[in-house]
Amino acid sequence: MIIKVDRLLIKNFDWVTFGLVLCLSLIGIVTIYSATRPPGGVGVHPDFYSKQIVWLIISIAVLFAMVFFDYKWLFRYAYQLYGIGLFLLVAVLVAGRSSMGAKRWLSIGFFSFQPSEFFRILFIIGLSAYLATSDLESTEKMSAKSVVMFAIVPLALLIKQPDLGTAILMVSLFTVLSVSKGVSRKVITVVLMIGIVSVPFLGHIVWDGLKDYQKNRLVAFMDPEVDPSGIGYHITQSKISIGSGGIIGKGYLRGTQGPLRFLPEKHTDFIFAVYAEEGGFVGSIFLLCIYLLLFLRGLDTAVRAKDEFGRLMAVGITAMFFVYFCVNIGMTLSLMPVVGVPLPFVSYGGTALLSNFIAAGILINIRTRRFELFYPS
Amino acid sequence: MKLKKIHLGSYIIIAVLLFFCFKLWQLQVLEGDKYRALSESNRLRIVKTPAPRGIIFDRNGTPLVKDVPFFSVSISPETLKGLDPNALAVFLSMDKKEIEEKLNRKDNSPFIPIKLKQGLSFQEVAHIEAGKSDFPGLFVETDVGREYLFGKVGAHIIGYLGKMTSAQFDNPEFRGFPPDALIGQWGVEAVFDKELRGTPGEKIIEVDALGRELRLIQQRPSIKGNNIELSIDINIQKAVEDGFKDKAGALVAIKPDTGEILALESLPSFDPNVFSRGITYQEWVSLMEDKKNPMLNRALQSQYPPGSTFKIITATAALEEGVIDLDKKINCTGGIKYGKWTFGCWKKGGHGPIDFHRAIVESCDSYFYEVGRRLGIDKIYKYATALGLGRETGLDLLIKERRGLIPNTEWKRQKKGSPWYLGETYNAAIGQGYVTVTPIQMARMMATFSNGGTIYPLSLLKGGSQPVGQLGIKPETIQIIKEALAGVVNEPNGTAHAAQSQALLIGGKTGTAQVVGKQRGFSGEKYMDHAWFVAFAPVDKPEIALSVFVEHGGHGATTAAPIAKRAIEAYLVKPKPVEAATAGPIKKAGDFPAPSPASPGSGSSTHGNNENAQGDPE
Repeated sequence: MIIKVDRLLIKNFDWVTFGLVLCLSLIGIVTIYSATRPPGGVGVHPDFYSKQIVWLIISIAVLFAMVFFDYKWLFRYAYQLYGIGLFLLVAVLVAGRSSMGAKRWLSIGFFSFQPSEFFRILFIIGLSAYLATSDLESTEKMSAKSVVMFAIVPLALLIKQPDLGTAILMVSLFTVLSVSKGVSRKVITVVLMIGIVSVPFLGHIVWDGLKDYQKNRLVAFMDPEVDPSGIGYHITQSKISIGSGGIIGKGYLRGTQGPLRFLPEKHTDFIFAVYAEEGGFVGSIFLLCIYLLLFLRGLDTAVRAKDEFGRLMAVGITAMFFVYFCVNIGMTLSLMPVVGVPLPFVSYGGTALLSNFIAAGILINIRTRRFELFYPS
Repeated sequence: MKLKKIHLGSYIIIAVLLFFCFKLWQLQVLEGDKYRALSESNRLRIVKTPAPRGIIFDRNGTPLVKDVPFFSVSISPETLKGLDPNALAVFLSMDKKEIEEKLNRKDNSPFIPIKLKQGLSFQEVAHIEAGKSDFPGLFVETDVGREYLFGKVGAHIIGYLGKMTSAQFDNPEFRGFPPDALIGQWGVEAVFDKELRGTPGEKIIEVDALGRELRLIQQRPSIKGNNIELSIDINIQKAVEDGFKDKAGALVAIKPDTGEILALESLPSFDPNVFSRGITYQEWVSLMEDKKNPMLNRALQSQYPPGSTFKIITATAALEEGVIDLDKKINCTGGIKYGKWTFGCWKKGGHGPIDFHRAIVESCDSYFYEVGRRLGIDKIYKYATALGLGRETGLDLLIKERRGLIPNTEWKRQKKGSPWYLGETYNAAIGQGYVTVTPIQMARMMATFSNGGTIYPLSLLKGGSQPVGQLGIKPETIQIIKEALAGVVNEPNGTAHAAQSQALLIGGKTGTAQVVGKQRGFSGEKYMDHAWFVAFAPVDKPEIALSVFVEHGGHGATTAAPIAKRAIEAYLVKPKPVEAATAGPIKKAGDFPAPSPASPGSGSSTHGNNENAQGDPE
């Protein structure tokens, strides 16, 4: 029996998704190496790229672990997992470490991580389980309790940190999943109307609640020229980086913007600018194609999933990758405000990489067990 | 879930990616050459454009300050290689060490120019413009500085703009400010710095290798700071400044029905223009070492016995507590005996039988000794503190305000470890002994009293604020004392004829704070008594209440009262020339006795050293 499962597992394993995320991660490491090289080639090369390699190895191992068990176990313990996620968000507010004006990091002994990186996955699991079991198609309504639990509570906790990036993601996921589940248009319209009407009233409160750097970022988005702390400068520099790449790029390790310190956050949030400078239009299109394949594969997994829970999770995970991708690329192209969101799989950052691989692992799990014959729900 | 929705999702994804492709095509293919040129020649530089600071107006709309250009010289960081700091130091006539320290500062950004010297004169600007070709990357920047249009007048309230201190530099409130930013450091400039400041603009410019501006890439205009309308009337401030001549002291005037500060002058003052120009070390030292202490805000930071002005409080307590009969006269024989001490009245021969009204008008000490005896110190304490004495007024000028002191039996026991003696009540009843107050407290007392007992928070901004409390004193009490205070200024034998005005009815009370040492036979200005005068006008519906304090002014009537009159007339009879009033039938100083409860040898001179000697606890 066990041998049979293993054979099936290998036979049905979704190598395409795995190959795509591995490819993105390798592009990431190569670009991080270039972005962080010291100016003029003089001096010590910071070890960001080697750290990222270690994290990639760990992440691949965890990805396989995520495929090994049947995802119905996630369904069984979905609410407990979501509870852990909320607990992590509370814990970071109580015991978290502050950095750059935001409280986002939690330390466990020698290891510190951003709980919201894991919360987003636990959120998808929890909300998917709720929507899969509730009989929304007939009533087309969500109970007030579930709106509080899946929207208001986590949103409040994230804004308190503040973690604008994850908050935006959470709202997007909530919308995408409720819409795909079929909460009626009427309900969504009413919610949107209330939202629009309350904006002038809430705007003031929200604005006061934002930290100064967030205000600056929002203002910089509305008009990059209105720029109290130099973020418009960063957007301009990001555009110069990308634009100067031209059609075929300056060539690997030939970019100048990153090493010369004209580009901020070059190995994390602005990594695409470094990549596009060296890879040019051709390289950029290549990277965009890989993402396109990843997204379409994710939606295809949703179509093929054997049950509602798997389908919703596949949609949620794909939407998560897509939202991060859009916000990040939109930011570097100055189409969106500077929200500190990394480019999935490519940007530097251990916990983000690990959590994206966990998400990819769940996607692969869903696709691998798409045949009800072998894996009854 | 309907699969149709998933298909819709994939169309959305494709559409967004196509849009990104289009944007990339635009940036990299269409505009690629432009951006490549920018990234190669580089270099972009951020230039902050200063925001005009908000203007400070007085209550009549007269501007008190003006924004003026403030020049400084900076150098762009790209040109530092091969720079000779020695030659630069000579060229800018600066210390070489100072220049090197500025150039090598850790937090210097690679694309923001380094400021070398601020507050340049026009000659220096011309000198630099003429010779800067020897130093590529050197350029003159224009900032916003301040000119204080009235100089020393009102300097303590208006304040000044100055360079950030190192403590402010570390303060997160000023994060993102360049280390050489000019910010409000004193007075209103500091208190309302945030409102006045405005938001600096920013230009991203393209420069060549020599740091010359080639092209403007992006810019955000600066936003002017908010204007501020103060409650003060600069005409009063000017009148006061003239009235004090060379004397030191303070005047605080308050609008009784709003709590607005109409004037707050502390003299000697300083010239805020010296600070905003960039004060030199020598100028700073001479200000700090000046014996007259011009940086001390005497209105809030000096405390003295209030002298007879305190009789307003003793009188209020007497009427409220019902310890006296208005018509019953008390015989003043020139003082009272208490054990082996004599507590004298300022009038040597005594006033004879005198009633409540005349006792205030003529400031009879004997009468108030008796009132004090009947009240006891704790009743006096109750009314004095209710009128705001003995604690901070809370006017926020970012300086440490003194509290003064109103004693009571509890305080004596705790601080001195001994019981309260009747002799000390005598002293307190006429505002001597332990009692100390600040000029602003006395002005506020006068304002609260004259408006009928409504307590307002003090405000520096036009409009004032809502009342915060009510004294609950009977209107008759206030009416009776007001009439007496009008008598002080206007009736025969009143002690403050010098404050009498042709234009309107002023009420007030003189006072004298003794200077320890005078009794011991020292003489000279240093040992002259301090003069007080508190006043309000017009008596029937007060629009201004004030206190004047003149250090070593001698008698309140001769030095302080005329200043009060000037201030009141400057505020209330502006259209008429101030001089007209002096032509009236005002008695000359010699026509009435110079009042002082501190005649040498009088009993009140025992205050301060009588506490151990007196046997009778109250």
